[in-house]
Amino acid sequence: MEVIIENLPLYWEGLLRTLFLSVVSGIIALILGTLLAAARVSPVAALRGFSTVYVEILRNTPLTIAFFFAVVVLPRLGVTFQQFEVAAIIALSAYTAAFIAEAVRSGVNSVPLGQAEAARSIGMNFGQVLNLIILPQALRTVIPPLINILIALVKNSSVAGAFFVLELFGYGRQMANANGDQVMAVLLGVAFFYLLLTIPLGVLASTVERKVAIAR
Amino acid sequence: MTSVLYDVPGPKARRVSLIGSVVGTVLILGLLAWIVMTLAQQGIFEGRRWAIFTRGDVWTLLANGLGATLSAAALAAVIAFPLGLMFCLLRISLVAWIRIPARVVLEFLRGMPVVLMMLFVLLVFGTSSFIAVVAGLVLYNTAIFAEIIRAGIQSLPKGQREAGLTIGLTSFQSRMLIELPQAVRRMMPSLVAQLVVLLKDTSLGYIVAYGELLRAVQVMADFLGNAFLFPIFFVAAAIYIVINICVSRLAIWIERRGSKKTAGGVAPAPTAVVAPELPDVTGRK
Repeated sequence: MEVIIENLPLYWEGLLRTLFLSVVSGIIALILGTLLAAARVSPVAALRGFSTVYVEILRNTPLTIAFFFAVVVLPRLGVTFQQFEVAAIIALSAYTAAFIAEAVRSGVNSVPLGQAEAARSIGMNFGQVLNLIILPQALRTVIPPLINILIALVKNSSVAGAFFVLELFGYGRQMANANGDQVMAVLLGVAFFYLLLTIPLGVLASTVERKVAIAR
Repeated sequence: MTSVLYDVPGPKARRVSLIGSVVGTVLILGLLAWIVMTLAQQGIFEGRRWAIFTRGDVWTLLANGLGATLSAAALAAVIAFPLGLMFCLLRISLVAWIRIPARVVLEFLRGMPVVLMMLFVLLVFGTSSFIAVVAGLVLYNTAIFAEIIRAGIQSLPKGQREAGLTIGLTSFQSRMLIELPQAVRRMMPSLVAQLVVLLKDTSLGYIVAYGELLRAVQVMADFLGNAFLFPIFFVAAAIYIVINICVSRLAIWIERRGSKKTAGGVAPAPTAVVAPELPDVTGRK
């Protein structure tokens, strides 16, 4: 136990770094993912094609491969980073964006066709249909899966710890090496700090889900 | 293509869309061309860098890596599925002192990064990296499988259980004989989709020094020189993507094929396969 208390500053630092990685990548992924989803449902075939290819490839690529690409392969192609954090954020947000795009798209698709037809039949234009009828309904179905994707993002950020970024997992590995006799306590401490982030988010997801569920 | 967002386009909209497509294609091709040019300047496309794929030993190493990846994934899936079934039964038990500890264990396992569990097993129990990888995958996927099957059972019409109890089955018999078989079949697309996640997570073994596909890439790059890193990495990534897309397609195929043998059909595979919780279990179609 005392090994956890002694190292509390390190745990705290790791927690903040993990939070930082997750929040920054989360915001970038939300923007990129929404754009990809918009491209996926747009009438322009080229955009649909590009978005489909992006989502299919990134969704089926292991995160480790994305990290390996950003941290190991990119620098050898002449793209260098001052800090590994930047590479980690690129990998995390590019990977997560594909899942967000899928969730947003399926949210739009979950709105019954009749809703848009009814809106158009009373004379609404494309913008009105989208803003007043489709998006409010789509968002309600999408928010719980989006929170779940963000939970996965928090857990996925641990991979950064293996690629030279010091966050919760990275510090955990360091502390485990430094305290060879108390590895179990050290790692259980790391687990506890991850749960501190993921369990409240999970509770939030199921609360939102119950609140916004639409009876159709 | 039918969309909820716009009408079937008329001649004018089609023209606009065509122009948009052309502009979009030109932009995307331009971006790709720029990437290819940049890569070419680094000498990526020189023949000698790709000539290594004519060598047999390169393929042998890649095949060994792939074998290690697949064997860890297969073993983990085979162990995690029955464990998931068991935990699901405990989780929905009518007895509170069985249900609550099971729930705590599942929440704990679900809320942690897989790589942390792998490291834990590796360091605390001093196992081989193969066992650490399999154990990490089993712990995490047991929890996910249990939640998927639980969602399946809860999405069954209430009458299924009631009918079972009415004809004199015990609660346990009703679970085993009536609810579980339907739930598993109903959630088959989600279960197969989870296999993609499991397969992808195998590559976390790279971090605990398991000799899987990505580790094979690293070893080869160290051995042959950095000049060959990009070609080998590219081929390995392509192998991963092709395998995963095949499994994803299998999930979609199962979903399309549907099943008439369960009350209420087959649930759609979740789109967010990374999500720890099932996004949609309310029976929405």
